Amino acid sequence: MSFSSTLLSMSSLMRELGRPVKIMEICGTHTMAAFRSGLRTLMPKGLSLLSGPGCPVCVTHDGYVDQAIALAHRPDVTVATFGDMLRVPGSEQSLEQARAEGASVRVVYSPLDALQMAREQPQRKIVFLGVGFETTAPTIGWTILQAAQEKLSNYRVLCAHKTIPNAMEALLSSGEVKVDGFMCPGHVSAIIGSNAYEFIPRKHGVPCVVAGFEPSDMAITMEMILRQLTEKCPRVEIQYQRAVTREGNAKAQETLKRAFVECDAEWRGLGTIPASGLAIASKYAAHDAAPLLAGLPLPAAKKHTGCRCGEVLRGVITPPECPLFRKRCTPATPVGACMVSSEGTCAAYYKYAAIKP
Amino acid sequence: MCLAVPAKIVKLDGPNATVEVRGLTRTANVAFIDDPAVGDFVLLHAGFAIRKWSAEDVAEFDRIMKEVEEAAAECDQEEKP
Repeated sequence: MSFSSTLLSMSSLMRELGRPVKIMEICGTHTMAAFRSGLRTLMPKGLSLLSGPGCPVCVTHDGYVDQAIALAHRPDVTVATFGDMLRVPGSEQSLEQARAEGASVRVVYSPLDALQMAREQPQRKIVFLGVGFETTAPTIGWTILQAAQEKLSNYRVLCAHKTIPNAMEALLSSGEVKVDGFMCPGHVSAIIGSNAYEFIPRKHGVPCVVAGFEPSDMAITMEMILRQLTEKCPRVEIQYQRAVTREGNAKAQETLKRAFVECDAEWRGLGTIPASGLAIASKYAAHDAAPLLAGLPLPAAKKHTGCRCGEVLRGVITPPECPLFRKRCTPATPVGACMVSSEGTCAAYYKYAAIKP
Repeated sequence: MCLAVPAKIVKLDGPNATVEVRGLTRTANVAFIDDPAVGDFVLLHAGFAIRKWSAEDVAEFDRIMKEVEEAAAECDQEEKP
């Protein structure tokens, strides 16, 4: 089906439904792609895209950034991180500001680069910031297993990995937001497989379709969700068949199981969600950076007055409804993480809001 | 953060590979892939191949990219006075 035929089919299905439809995308890359491509301006009237908690940087709480900064100030530690984390505000400052004051912070492309740093600098402790969902967690898990095998005791991970399905469950169970369908994350699903979402249509009657990242992928996904709604037959489907199967990547799942254990996790904006995080397995405790925090001063948690990132992350409000948006909170002077990350909902609205709020 | 790009394996040494991404070469890890081979296309995330692509997957990706590039060229044309 061509792109224009898909759009026509979406309009026809919307007419058949005769009511507004809200589809939530659970991936920051989808959020940005929908804006950047102009897809939001082509959607039929009544159909809206709502951004969920799909940006791992955005859902990482201030306290984690404070811990990373405290570690980076230790004279024997270098903190290695994906670039996304650099400007996320902690209680008092960001890693970027801490680096300007002399803290040792290095941006890397892959956890493999951090592992290599540990090999090359045995006298220093290399702490990698383990932030990300199921796409990223196995890559970091692999470096933990490899460090254990090579007896690289100076390689450690400050772990704050989160998992997606239980966050979707928490959103639906809260009843705070009415979602008619989920555009499920493509690359998270490449690892966990689409079977991981089966409980959602079964328990909540909400369609789930795993989407690719090109505009035509996302349009077809919305069409598939609308079709499920007209058929009144919610189920899990895969649009992104180039990357996703029902079972997922068995080897990556095995690495997750070996390196980590499930734990409760604190999500910025969503609070603590049971069994939605990953902690380093006790067998690999020697590679956990948390014990290095003992005795380090940490700032008291600070509430960012007026910042409504939490509600944005839950899909309760859109960024323009926050009083700080485009005023005190801009990409140059971000107050909340959603304005910092290149995949943050507030950053997307800031850059593209003129297209469609 | 969950971005992934297609890459072609051009050299293999155990779990370590050299891959080509749109004309650039870099190292990658292929531990999560079954039976990796030189010439395979993979989806690369944070230095790790997370999925092998079939010839059909690559063709579909190329078709989509062509569609996007054509649409962009059409927009450029319309913007010219």
